[in-house]
Amino acid sequence: MPTIYIENKPYQVPDGQNLLQACLSLGFDIPYFCWHPAMGSVGACRQCAVKQFKDENDKNGKIVMSCLTPAEDGTRISIDDPEVRRFRAAVIEWLMLNHPHDCPVCDEGGECHLQDMTVMTGHNYRRNRFPKRTHRNQDLGPFLNHEMNRCIQCYRCVRFYQNIAGGRDLNVFGCHHHVYFGRHRDGSLENEFSGNLAEICPTGVFTDKSLKRHYTRKWDLQTAPAVCVHCSLGCNTLPGERYGSMRRIRNRFHADINNYFLCDRGRYGYEFVNSDKRIDTPRQRLKKDDPLRPVAKDTALAAVRALIRKDRHLVGIGSSRASLESNYMLQNLVGNDNFFAGVADDDYRVMRLAADILARGPAQPASLRQAAEADAVFILGENVVDTAPILALNLRLYQHIKTARMSFETSIPEWDDAGIRELIQRQKECLFIAGAYPTRLDEAAKILCRTDPDNLARLGGNIAALIDDAFPLDPDLPDELRDTAAVIAEALKQAAHPVIVSGTGYHHTGILKAAADVAGALQTAGRSPGLLLTFAEANSHGLMCLDPAGGLDSAREVLENEMADTLVILENDIFRSMPEDRAEALLKAARHVICLDHLRHKTAERADIVLPAATFAEATGTMVNHEGRAQRSFQVFRPSDPIRAAWRWLRDVTPGDEHFNPGNLHTVDDVIDRISRTVPRLEGIRQAAPDAIYRLDGRPVSRQSFRYSGRTAMHADISVHEPTPEKDRDAPLAFSMEGREGPVVPPALISRFWAPGWNSVQSLNKFQTEPAGPLRGKTAGKHLIRPVNGSTFEYFAASPPKRPLAEKERYLVPIHHVFGSEELSMHSPGIADQSPRPYVALGRRDAELLDLVEGEMAAVEINGTVRRLPVRVIPDMAANTAGLPMGLPDMPAVAFAGVCRIDKTGETHA
Amino acid sequence: MEQPLTHNFRSDGQPLDLAAYEQAGGYQALRRALEEMAPADITAMVGDSHLRGRGGAGFPTGKKWSFVPMGEDAPHPKYLVVNADEMEPGTFKDRLLLEGNPHQLIEGMLISAYAVQADTAYIFLRRSYVKARQYLETAIAEAEAANYVGSDILGTGFNLNIHVHVSAGRYICGEETALLTSFEGKRALPRNKPPFPPVVGLFGKPTVTNNVETICNVPHIVAHGANWFRELSRTVNGGTKIFGISGRVKQTGGWELPMGVTIREILDDYAGGMADGYRFRGVIPGGGSTEFLVEEHLDVQMDFDATQQAGSRMGTGNMIILDDRTCPVGMVLNLMRFFARESCGWCTPCREGLPWIAATLSAIENGQGRTEDLDMLKRHTRLLGPGHTYCMLAPGAMEPLQSALNYFEDDFKAHIREKSCPWRQG
Repeated sequence: MPTIYIENKPYQVPDGQNLLQACLSLGFDIPYFCWHPAMGSVGACRQCAVKQFKDENDKNGKIVMSCLTPAEDGTRISIDDPEVRRFRAAVIEWLMLNHPHDCPVCDEGGECHLQDMTVMTGHNYRRNRFPKRTHRNQDLGPFLNHEMNRCIQCYRCVRFYQNIAGGRDLNVFGCHHHVYFGRHRDGSLENEFSGNLAEICPTGVFTDKSLKRHYTRKWDLQTAPAVCVHCSLGCNTLPGERYGSMRRIRNRFHADINNYFLCDRGRYGYEFVNSDKRIDTPRQRLKKDDPLRPVAKDTALAAVRALIRKDRHLVGIGSSRASLESNYMLQNLVGNDNFFAGVADDDYRVMRLAADILARGPAQPASLRQAAEADAVFILGENVVDTAPILALNLRLYQHIKTARMSFETSIPEWDDAGIRELIQRQKECLFIAGAYPTRLDEAAKILCRTDPDNLARLGGNIAALIDDAFPLDPDLPDELRDTAAVIAEALKQAAHPVIVSGTGYHHTGILKAAADVAGALQTAGRSPGLLLTFAEANSHGLMCLDPAGGLDSAREVLENEMADTLVILENDIFRSMPEDRAEALLKAARHVICLDHLRHKTAERADIVLPAATFAEATGTMVNHEGRAQRSFQVFRPSDPIRAAWRWLRDVTPGDEHFNPGNLHTVDDVIDRISRTVPRLEGIRQAAPDAIYRLDGRPVSRQSFRYSGRTAMHADISVHEPTPEKDRDAPLAFSMEGREGPVVPPALISRFWAPGWNSVQSLNKFQTEPAGPLRGKTAGKHLIRPVNGSTFEYFAASPPKRPLAEKERYLVPIHHVFGSEELSMHSPGIADQSPRPYVALGRRDAELLDLVEGEMAAVEINGTVRRLPVRVIPDMAANTAGLPMGLPDMPAVAFAGVCRIDKTGETHA
Repeated sequence: MEQPLTHNFRSDGQPLDLAAYEQAGGYQALRRALEEMAPADITAMVGDSHLRGRGGAGFPTGKKWSFVPMGEDAPHPKYLVVNADEMEPGTFKDRLLLEGNPHQLIEGMLISAYAVQADTAYIFLRRSYVKARQYLETAIAEAEAANYVGSDILGTGFNLNIHVHVSAGRYICGEETALLTSFEGKRALPRNKPPFPPVVGLFGKPTVTNNVETICNVPHIVAHGANWFRELSRTVNGGTKIFGISGRVKQTGGWELPMGVTIREILDDYAGGMADGYRFRGVIPGGGSTEFLVEEHLDVQMDFDATQQAGSRMGTGNMIILDDRTCPVGMVLNLMRFFARESCGWCTPCREGLPWIAATLSAIENGQGRTEDLDMLKRHTRLLGPGHTYCMLAPGAMEPLQSALNYFEDDFKAHIREKSCPWRQG
């Protein structure tokens, strides 16, 4: 470890850092703008200047940029030298020449890095008497405001957008002091990570447009550590609330998961919490054909209890988006054999397989960080940009550094972003993608392979065979894919830490088995591979850990065989999960349907009793992400009565017996305790976060900042008496300003990033062991899957059976859309605005063969049901496939494991 | 007096065609280099000649070449780029060479490319040099037809293609690394060093970038030897130099003269002295980004070292004369407006500092100056110093300002005191 001297005092610093990283890690404050811990150094802003001395006799020194100067052994610097302090103040003065000084009306005010850095340098008096230059702002779509006059030209936005997010429609225009950051013309930013600009931008150029509609200052937001509910990655978030409504979501750094970033689905998907479609009170249908009418909480509970008493045989539908606690209470109520997952049986088998593979472990489940750092990543049949967006971002994040390391002998340090990118130019290493349709990550791939789902499985099988001779080569793999298989196999073999990525997105068991076999072959070959399988929803993996007895079709069988007649549906719209006729049949098979959920949807409207369940923001709960990491998501605010966590409703209707009194389950911790004692796979969830009695110096962690305003006034319209802050029985967090905050808080409980002098999101530096390094303290979350021993894994070696296609038949491929395919986020107007309309996708050649052109209506027949859909020609779609968008509101659920028949209708889409 | 670069120039201003160039001994140096010399010998010879970069910075050319990775493991393709983006205020020396004898440049490129084993060579040409572009393209076509350019040149197995790339027209493109970045189709932003272009240059590959005049010297060094080249000069900086003068002199123009000739000689003997009715007040010796020299410096020898000792730089060696009937504040303002406009907008001090300086000077020149403005200007000459900015544009811009504040402080003060420009009265 090199020793550097700061103000003549020695400090040990890690190898390979620049002075800015090193000084920030040591706790020194050096102002900066263009440098970002995840994006490296480019030396544009000149704000992080320090004075460097040749040796101890050098009294003059010279000003250098700390972000561009390596922290080598013996480096001597001064941060406090008067000349360099004056220089740093001058840089702020320059940046402020044209800045509008509109902090009072700026959404960034109070959490602005530019404000913080200005105060830090001491610049305060405006000496420039000349007019400011001004810019015209653009409409950038539903997610971001644009106020270019505030810009300080740090270039972070375009560097993030182009290099990390992979976007093309944000650029820098003009030159000298007229440089302009925007689009070539007004229009929605196309990239699904654009919302990060609100956190990347050090001032108020790009701010959160959803926040603007119900604006609240950072210090007035009540915030708590939560976990994103919009995909299976489990990104850590910081939702903010005021006056009972959600205002925004910000990133909560987790070194192994989301790093500094969130996708726009995760950032803007929260608006369902505020939706006017919320189920805000229990409702009951007195007779079969009556409408649902609001009833009192006790009435509803009594009605449910009566049903349960009368008919002890219940069927429960568990939820992939509800917490473990709620799912567990339902399973406990209905019994293990009558607890089913809220997906069609076909999908259940796919989910089940994915969970089993991870538990059996051909290889260790890989975290996003491992995927980001892997020297070879093979994505087999999963469109990760749309099903697990932050995984896609992570795969791009360090690709330039990995490419430089693998293909060049160079001494350019990793933090020298411009140097590394100059060196590698457009060369790309490490990433291999095989899929049936093009995705926005394809351009980052070194090798791209396009074929139908069955062949994807065969491709994977052959790659496994090329890695481990004991594995049989699949004779059915088309010849033209053999070379690709050989190249990918070779790259994976050469890699020290390859990661295989797949998932349930194609609804194809063969692809999952092949991915497992590739990972297993690598493990056998002595590599240390990681296996990353994505799931459909935030707690799909957790639900599978509870071992449901089947899917919705199995549930129907139980009901139809009259082994039960009351159906309890937890946080599910079953019409999204299976074709309408099957969903109808399921509901008809039950005499009584009880539904617990947040939002009125088709299933809830068909239920006899509806109970209002809390959203993620209103209840503390545990979820298990794709890699088997249990994470606690904490309640942000009190929902309006009688909305409460689904598990509490279920507890209150669960009859006790001599072994178990549900009335004893008072808190989330009580439920967690019971789960961890009764479900061996979930034993570890207790350690996902500190329990509710945890205290820091005798105090809980505060959800409100100590500048939180209006506490004595905000309820004055109801009562002039200030209410006592409610105690949180479920979490060591307080619904008040009283409590601890700042870097002493353990990562699982961090409710905001703030440190003295650092009001913006950049205060994160103070919470980390080093910039971009892990948070100080115990890592949040708990891995439930123990390190695996690959030797117990047996290959599936299951080549998909040949499925011959009749004329006009095509293999069905589900096409996921980051905006559109996920249920809850579609209640955010901005996301709905960006989602596509239903279509059927065909490759160019297939469209020609079927005599169809773009926009023409095709008749798509699946299992006897015909849908008319406009044709979208995706030139690069795999041959013999037809793609249908997943999960769109206007797009009824279809069974994806099959084939469809496509006919011409002769009509054109209006 | 030997004038290797220009003595073949035709008197009618037309360029030498291939036949005329060959007749004057052209491409003999190339033949010698390819047939008799190893690449390393040429680099050594150029190093020995004390040839220093003629673009203005004066970096030893042989040394620059020696940084290029050589041998079988060296990355390829390697590039040679000729910087013909001549946009320094007051500078027109490269234009003379490009329009007068394009084959001389081509031969120099061939030998230089051979020395560093470059695979492809580019000429990055200033957009407004329309005539030079025509001449160069004609000359390259002639050279290709005669197998001087292309593959298996002169049967030696050496290959080189030469392409002319016309710049979109920004001053910053003349900066070596911004030139390369712009060449790659990106915004013309300079690069941080390291990595240095001879190692990571154009398209990430080893790249040598040399000025037109530098490359034009190479055939003559190879033809006549390093010793001969050194002795062309009156000082230790080898060779001749194309000097030029603009301003109120009797005869503006450019002349190839021995390195080390004094400013007074150039002014009196070649430019014919100051124009009638004008008195000499100062000179910017080598383009817009060098420091003023004044009367007491007229006997300073024009080479890299002597000008530096006098407190300035030789730069491009193309001088701009300040006379007694021109306002020095206005002259500096004109330069600062140019530099502010040409800032690429990347780093803060240059992007924000230069427009502020220009606005302040404009206020002074227009009679709205304040006493504290001088402090502001002086402060900026230090704040925009080398190392504080991303490239040398702003530090270069500070050279004339800083020296003007030194030598012509009274003129600045007079503007502020009298609330108007003294040169505009009456």
